[in-house]
Amino acid sequence: MNGSQVHPAGGDGKRRPAPSRFGAIVVGGGPAGLAATYTLAGAGVDVACLERGDWCGSKNMMGGLIFSQPTAKVFPNFWHEAPLERHVTRRDMWLATGDSAMKVSFESTDFGAEPYNSFTVYRSRFDKWLSRRAAEAGAWMIPETLVESLLWEDGRVVGVRTGRPGGDLEADVVIIAEGVNHFLAEAAGLAAGPPKAETMALAVKEVLALPRDRIEDRFDLDRGAGAAIEIIGETTGGLPGTGFIYTNRDTISVGVGVLLDSLVGSTREAYSLLDNFKQQPQVRRLIQGAGLREYSAHLIPEGGYRYMPRLFGDGVLVAGDAAGMVNAINSEGANLALLSGQMAAQTVLSCREEGRFDAAALGRYRTMLENSLVLKDLRKYSSATNFLSSHQHLFGLYPELLASLAREFLTVDNMSKADKERLLARLFRSQVPVRSLIKDFYQAWRDLK
Amino acid sequence: MRINSVVCIKQVPDTTQVRIDPDSGSLIRQGIPSVINPYDLYALEAALKVRDSHGGTITALSMGPPQADEALRKVLGYGIDRAVLLSDRAFAGADTLATTYTLSAAIRKIAGELIAAGGAGVDMVFCGKQSIDGDTGQVGPGLARRLDLSQVTYVCSLLEVAAETRTVRAWRQREDGRELLEARLPVAVTITEACNPIRYAALPDLLRAAKAPVEVWSAADLEVEPDRLGLKGSPTRVSKVFAPPARERGETLSGPDRPPNEIAAALFDKLAERGLTIGGSRG
Amino acid sequence: MPVGPGEVWVVIEQEGGRAEPVSWELMGEAAALARKLGARPAAVILGSAGRQLSSAAFSSGAEVAYLVEHPDLEPYTADPHCQALVELAEKFTPQIILLGATTRGRDLASAAATELETGLTADCTRLDIDTTKKLLRQTRPAFGGNVMATIITPHHLPQIATVRPGVFTAPQPVEGVSGETVVLKPHIKATATAVKQLQFVPNPDTGVTLKGAKVIVAGGRGLKAGRNFALLEELAAELGGEVGASRGAVDAGWISQHRQVGQTGQTVRPVLYFAVGISGAVQHLAGMQESDVIVAINNDPEAPIFEVADYGIVGDLFEVMPAMIGEVRQRKLAAGAAASPALLKQGGAMRMEAGTGGESE
Repeated sequence: MNGSQVHPAGGDGKRRPAPSRFGAIVVGGGPAGLAATYTLAGAGVDVACLERGDWCGSKNMMGGLIFSQPTAKVFPNFWHEAPLERHVTRRDMWLATGDSAMKVSFESTDFGAEPYNSFTVYRSRFDKWLSRRAAEAGAWMIPETLVESLLWEDGRVVGVRTGRPGGDLEADVVIIAEGVNHFLAEAAGLAAGPPKAETMALAVKEVLALPRDRIEDRFDLDRGAGAAIEIIGETTGGLPGTGFIYTNRDTISVGVGVLLDSLVGSTREAYSLLDNFKQQPQVRRLIQGAGLREYSAHLIPEGGYRYMPRLFGDGVLVAGDAAGMVNAINSEGANLALLSGQMAAQTVLSCREEGRFDAAALGRYRTMLENSLVLKDLRKYSSATNFLSSHQHLFGLYPELLASLAREFLTVDNMSKADKERLLARLFRSQVPVRSLIKDFYQAWRDLK
Repeated sequence: MRINSVVCIKQVPDTTQVRIDPDSGSLIRQGIPSVINPYDLYALEAALKVRDSHGGTITALSMGPPQADEALRKVLGYGIDRAVLLSDRAFAGADTLATTYTLSAAIRKIAGELIAAGGAGVDMVFCGKQSIDGDTGQVGPGLARRLDLSQVTYVCSLLEVAAETRTVRAWRQREDGRELLEARLPVAVTITEACNPIRYAALPDLLRAAKAPVEVWSAADLEVEPDRLGLKGSPTRVSKVFAPPARERGETLSGPDRPPNEIAAALFDKLAERGLTIGGSRG
Repeated sequence: MPVGPGEVWVVIEQEGGRAEPVSWELMGEAAALARKLGARPAAVILGSAGRQLSSAAFSSGAEVAYLVEHPDLEPYTADPHCQALVELAEKFTPQIILLGATTRGRDLASAAATELETGLTADCTRLDIDTTKKLLRQTRPAFGGNVMATIITPHHLPQIATVRPGVFTAPQPVEGVSGETVVLKPHIKATATAVKQLQFVPNPDTGVTLKGAKVIVAGGRGLKAGRNFALLEELAAELGGEVGASRGAVDAGWISQHRQVGQTGQTVRPVLYFAVGISGAVQHLAGMQESDVIVAINNDPEAPIFEVADYGIVGDLFEVMPAMIGEVRQRKLAAGAAASPALLKQGGAMRMEAGTGGESE
């Protein structure tokens, strides 16, 4: 072997036989599973992470926002080495109607320096990086392996069965981070059934290519900086949901997210909503000339706090999307997933000291989450999804109204400012009964504050 | 008798997604997923079969950028013994001639190490019939020439290796049929998709692979002349890449409510106008 | 770099005195390239059974025929052929060697190019000469046909290329021409017997002659089931053509692989090509877009096949195909030619007009 070297990136390079029984098995190699795996491996636990897909093969460009502080809790200073697209220096909220939009923009120089605020990422690259970190920390990373069922003994989970030859693995504890469809959580009796349509959002996205400097010109950004724009209103054809535009290095992600059950009742198909969105003048201007690179549609559990499954059982924990830990309002799925995965791992570590992994011992996971921003936030926004779906006019009428008010106010003509204000008030009241207006805003304030 | 094999593995872009940028005329490669050349997995399965019945070792060998270790890592999951990646800036830009030069130097080194460890050298070199990005099928024969191996390409069925006589029998696919060939070891074979597809790896093998190293060798690890590596050692040059010329879209003969027999008549009238007549009818 | 009057060679792929058609396609092309270089085109015939092919080589454009004779050259195995070709090339220093991109041609070319330490470009679809640099410009598809690349071998001789069958048209044989015949007995080392042919089993489906077919009626996944190929067979029979298939139909097990047209199948260039229920993946297009006239029948108006079709028919093939068959029968009856097997006639001049400029000349 003279002159040869061990490639550092693929694993920890220490040939170590797999134990007959693992300290922990993590099912799922997304942010939640990888944070759990990384944390456990780093603490010296024999941990195997089983992923249905493949961290290496998939190079898809679908992306999202990763928030800096929660991510840094699991992977300190990750921005030095993780594959990130752009750090976000500007976050915009648009209230859009067909031909106009009211834009609220927040920009901070803080966002452009360590520890930053958020980043746009391609999830496949980011997850692959996470998986490498977990491998380097000493975990057994097993791709392309579907976990078919849990292994039980005396009413407690003791391992998993995969579809592969010789495919059973035993462990003290199994962390289920299998993603949105949570089959295993259901099999473990922790979730009542498949996720319900009213708790799910459908996100339809496209990645469009545009040269770097043109993105920076168009979005008015410093070199390397990015923008994240969220849009409500006409974008989603008046359905509850949002549209978004994120800038990556040399692509732009655009998409719309709508609640699944609102879509079922509507004749519009998700893709036509996206096409519609892209036709909006304000949107079209930003994406003009950008060629389609990729498109996708996927489900996001947006039920929030109320629809979460039980988070623990004898020998088993649930984390990430499988546990419904998505904050619909701030699109912070990956962050909550990372944190919940880390806490699942920390729970396992503290249970190891006592040598017991029954539900009573693992129950501290829930407490840990309750005391963290994960559940605090989810609880706070717990009725947000309900609010959104029962107040459709928030998405149709109000943006329309606000935009027409703004147009009236900002259009220079012969009317005096005072007259204009009076006219606007009249216009506004004629469209919405005052009582219902007050009620809506009170509820919105209560739910979203 | 134990048989020591080397399987050549190439990481290739998923060619269905490679395009020419119509504006710049250059190749769009960014964001295109990499896959293991599918024919190489047939080659790997053939090597695994030989090891199943004869024992011995399998070394996977690849040349490429550092990230090509992904392909080897995956291949390790099938329970092979060793994975070696040849990665060096000096190897970059190699055509098949420079590639076989470099790979053959590595195979010699692998053989030397097997002998030093008390075994025989390399008995069999397996390649896929061609790569899906280059489509040349030149590496297998090139290795055979450089390493003085018997050359058997386009194998559609690899039969038993006869240990006593040190021969292997294989069916080779030709355009006009199949031929049964008997070749003396050591041999280089290239394997087609008519052979067995890759097996479903066992979990214990995947667990072992998760901790197995991918060895990376640079030019300094090989006995090679620098001038024969990479672009320098490649006689061919790409002088131009371009999008395949598009044929112009023709005429649509169907229309709403136009009955099929009218469409058919219209078609053969048009063909007749172009001189293609059915027995000299109306056209 | 030895630039001189090096010849332009074609290795004639033969067995038992029968040459593969691609060899004559290449001979015609070699003659054209040699003219541009002021060089002589030559045929290399390996194996004594090929002796009888020299006159065919001359009538296809060769000015020289090398007859290379050695008992180890038949049946074909790589090593003796490689040794013989290398010895010949080192002795006569041709500037270009062309071979068919067949399983044997590619096998031999790869081995010989390695021994000669020179460049080899596989599967070319177009060859021409950079007349200022006197270099062979070799154009080939890459990345599964999504990209075309032009390759040169600027500083090494010979420049070797393989060309897929069907890419060039074989020249009309010119009777009565002759040329120089050189008979050679190469030294082939004994190691050459390391590979022995024990048995040869010809393809059972010998009726398939897609290569030379004037009409091909090809079907894809849109046919929904293997039995529906009967519709295609009927039309093909009426037109004196052959049935072809896309990879999808072959993979589905509906039809023999020998009928597959495309990147992994055969390259064809009939006068008339029907693509029935074929969506037109780029891999399929690579094998048929040199056809003179393409007719596409598909129920999906967005199918990429329509991009290359001269005549597009958007509709249900199960309605359109019977109408086609009926129409052909009617026309044959009208022409009083029902008994004639091949009814598609064409005027010589018309073919040029119908062509789409696929020729390299």
